[in-house]
Amino acid sequence: MARALINAPAKAKRGEVIEIKTLISHVMETGFRPDSTGKPVPRDIITEFTCKYNGEEIFRAELFPAIAANPFLTFFTVAGESGTLSFEWTGDNGFTAAESVNITVE
Amino acid sequence: MTRAAAAVFMLAALGAAAAAADIPFSERKSGYDFMARETRAMQDDDSANPATLWVLDGETLWQRKEGSAGKSCADCHGDAGTSMKGVAARYPAFNAVRGRPVDLEQRINMCRTQQQRATPLAFESKELLALTAYIGEQSRGMPIDIADDARIRPFLEAGRAMFIERQGQLNLACAQCHDDNWGQKLAGAAIPQGHPTGYPLYRLEWQTLGSLQRRLRNCLFGMRAVSYPYGASELVDLELYLMWRARGMPVETPAVRP
Amino acid sequence: MTRDDGTLQRTRRRFLLETAALAGATGIVLPLAVEQSSATPASMHAAIRNVVGEAPLKKGKVKIDVPALIENGNAVPLTVSCESPMTQDDHVKAIHVFTEKNPQPNVIGAGFGPRAGRASFSTRIRLADTQKVVAVAQMSDGSFWSDEVEVVVTLAACLEGS
Repeated sequence: MARALINAPAKAKRGEVIEIKTLISHVMETGFRPDSTGKPVPRDIITEFTCKYNGEEIFRAELFPAIAANPFLTFFTVAGESGTLSFEWTGDNGFTAAESVNITVE
Repeated sequence: MTRAAAAVFMLAALGAAAAAADIPFSERKSGYDFMARETRAMQDDDSANPATLWVLDGETLWQRKEGSAGKSCADCHGDAGTSMKGVAARYPAFNAVRGRPVDLEQRINMCRTQQQRATPLAFESKELLALTAYIGEQSRGMPIDIADDARIRPFLEAGRAMFIERQGQLNLACAQCHDDNWGQKLAGAAIPQGHPTGYPLYRLEWQTLGSLQRRLRNCLFGMRAVSYPYGASELVDLELYLMWRARGMPVETPAVRP
Repeated sequence: MTRDDGTLQRTRRRFLLETAALAGATGIVLPLAVEQSSATPASMHAAIRNVVGEAPLKKGKVKIDVPALIENGNAVPLTVSCESPMTQDDHVKAIHVFTEKNPQPNVIGAGFGPRAGRASFSTRIRLADTQKVVAVAQMSDGSFWSDEVEVVVTLAACLEGS
């Protein structure tokens, strides 16, 4: 299971634009790199990321091999109501990871 | 060789060693100070620093029961925030059983084999890097504090000798770059002073976390010099000298470097 | 060592390593490295057309923020933002990023809902060489806007013999 790290405010004011930072451990093997015998190392990357706020998608990203190892993504949302921010990563070789954090909106 | 020629040779050799003057304490700088603003920002924000992922893994491993003794690190050492505070700042440290200094990775593996009765973790394995990073982070901000201990002195001298002696096909000494030419550029990259303040660290070139031994092997390769296997006493002596040379500087573990 | 463009990059880097080590030892100025093969401006434009279709691509609104000089091409901090009220009726739907000389022109495609609040994201990308980075923003009204920057990538002097 890949280690993921989410940094989002635990509390926010209604209507406030908040920043969400995400980091996940993944080699992001490009598929363009040769191994010691000269054969290309097969591609192994995260291809999709989504963030939902109480079930509604607020941000998504399609990733390509040009995204650095241990992908870091930050983006924004408007604090609407208290609830859950959920995150999902999927990728090559059946890779999946999920994480969620709670947010209290006052 | 005639006696005169031998004398000239000796003078040249002494000259090479004498050129490697120690950096005055007030002029010492961490590799951090040579980095671009963006790379410093990556180290400054734990949620942007990829090394944090290893620290979190280390925190989990600290609690995990291992080996035939079925003990976790926490079973003996309790809360790492208390028991490991300042520990990494003191390594490599003299180990009475081995009769020589051991680095933090070796110390962790001694715990594994002797206390947990588990197999040692491989150098540069994800688990050993994670535990070292987690333990190292407990000393973040604390001054590097290599004990002034008579027992380590011969090893310190061996490490220093390795640092100032020319070696390899390029006939370079570590000191020529890191004592005499720090702040200059080597192919566009700043030459740092070579203080190991933040290991294990996330190196952008590696795209992963790595140990000080990995960095030293990397340097030796660049110098076209004889390299040593992980855990070799030569590498530990050099680690010891470098940490002593950086004494008083704050621990940055887990740092980021280009 | 991971570089997107594989063998050629390795060869070039090995060459640079040797010259760099020599330059360090003797003070010789580095000779220029030989240009490597890679994706082309044409393949980047094809990738952009894939997103934009026949619609006109205007300059403006979207902005790339990336350091002008990069210490290491393995992890280049990138922020792309686009002016928009981000309302249900008027928002940025997506921002796509492309490069000219990586092995593949696509870097990332980000999609926003109106609840994103701000059409902006940051990530870290790989740049195989000094090259142009292009961002294209797709608005909810169907218009496309772009920005481009030239990024200089320097190579690390001390490389590993993995």
